[in-house]
Amino acid sequence: MRLTWWKITAIVLLAYAVIGGLLLPVPELTQLGETIRNLYYHVCMWFAMMILFTISIAQSIKYLRTGSIEHDIKAVSYAGVGTYLGLLGYATGAIWASFTWADPNNPAFASFGSIMREPKLIGAAIALLIYGAYFILRSSITDMDQRARVSAVYNIFAYAMLFPSIWIIPRLLPSLHPGQEGNPALNFNDIDARMRMVFYPAVIGWTLLGAWIATLKIRHKILMEKKWFTNEK
Amino acid sequence: MKRAAEIASTHNTITLEALNQFTALLKKEFLLETRQQHTLYGVMLYIASTVFVIYLTIDSPDADTWNSLFWITQLFICINAVAKSFLQEARGRMLYYYSITSPVVFILSKLSYNVLLMLAMNLVNLLLFTAFMGNPTESFLQFLFIGLLGSMGLGLVFTMLAAIASKAMQQASLMAILGFPLIIPQLLLLVRLSKTAFSEVFRDGVPQQLVLLLVSLDILIVFLAVILYPFLWKD
Repeated sequence: MRLTWWKITAIVLLAYAVIGGLLLPVPELTQLGETIRNLYYHVCMWFAMMILFTISIAQSIKYLRTGSIEHDIKAVSYAGVGTYLGLLGYATGAIWASFTWADPNNPAFASFGSIMREPKLIGAAIALLIYGAYFILRSSITDMDQRARVSAVYNIFAYAMLFPSIWIIPRLLPSLHPGQEGNPALNFNDIDARMRMVFYPAVIGWTLLGAWIATLKIRHKILMEKKWFTNEK
Repeated sequence: MKRAAEIASTHNTITLEALNQFTALLKKEFLLETRQQHTLYGVMLYIASTVFVIYLTIDSPDADTWNSLFWITQLFICINAVAKSFLQEARGRMLYYYSITSPVVFILSKLSYNVLLMLAMNLVNLLLFTAFMGNPTESFLQFLFIGLLGSMGLGLVFTMLAAIASKAMQQASLMAILGFPLIIPQLLLLVRLSKTAFSEVFRDGVPQQLVLLLVSLDILIVFLAVILYPFLWKD
């Protein structure tokens, strides 16, 4: 195993985010209590997801420009890891919401309907549905070059449509979710200085970890392709 | 100077030629529609039976329910009506288009034809909804305008998705899967905007803003289609 500088950075930052995230002081807010520490995990998942999806788009554009199948493999791997992080984002969000939003008189499942009608959750659901459709589209085309081309086109088209929707939907529906104006946690007034010390390293750490997993997947897939071609000969 | 004039004149002939190709392709779509009437009547029958089923399952919907049912119906009509525009093109015929025209002209003709088709289907749908379930709108003209605007957007998005899905297996169901996440924002905008026609009071300038948003989304889609379709076109 070769540890390059950015992999070491990922390990250090994540160790800091996990240990510091659980031990360092946080502001005391009555509604949130210690659940505020979930910011280091929940919000980071979405940041990392969007960054990985953006890398995936860049690879799709590169594929359309060059026609090299390697870019297609990269695009699908980054999209896959991004989707996985999105699911983790939902899971951490569900834990958080069950402490802060869920109606204490109702079982958690009964509050689901009212929680889900939340602009940020809808935006995230759209992103995950798009990538679900992307993988189904890929699996329903057998020819390798055609699959790469068609799915690259859908990837770019869907991503370009995703941004207006993330911008539009919050303006149509009321929301309880923090960070109503613009992006949550990017606004400097939103977030306490002590928390920023952990939050930004955590975002970078989780993103690097995602990229690390994706590069492993890419290497594996390229090796599989090579194996196929040598077996045919 | 002379060279520049030459370039300008060739440029003019190119655009003129593209325009001719565009009208020819559009005419072909209409001709096909009149020759193969079963597809058009199929879509109309689809609308009629959907509205009839809704009419039987719900007595007299209030304005909000009426509105959301109308748009859901419109969405499903769109998937059915637009899907055929690429499914009916056999491989051989695509090869023929490839030799006579450019991808940009081709996708523009498809987009325009589907928009026109969706506008017509919107009128049929609205007529049937009004006939079966009454019309709770305060201002019918306003709703008509919003309906036409919305159908245009639906037609544009699903034309592009039909082009993508036509390259895969199980095209019809794939189109719905690919399209639903992309159409959610437009649908929400439309349902919200339609409420102006149901006498809901909006803040000043908000309806105009929503119309502007929808129009700019449509422009974005046409833009993306023109950029991306040439890549789908190659087989």
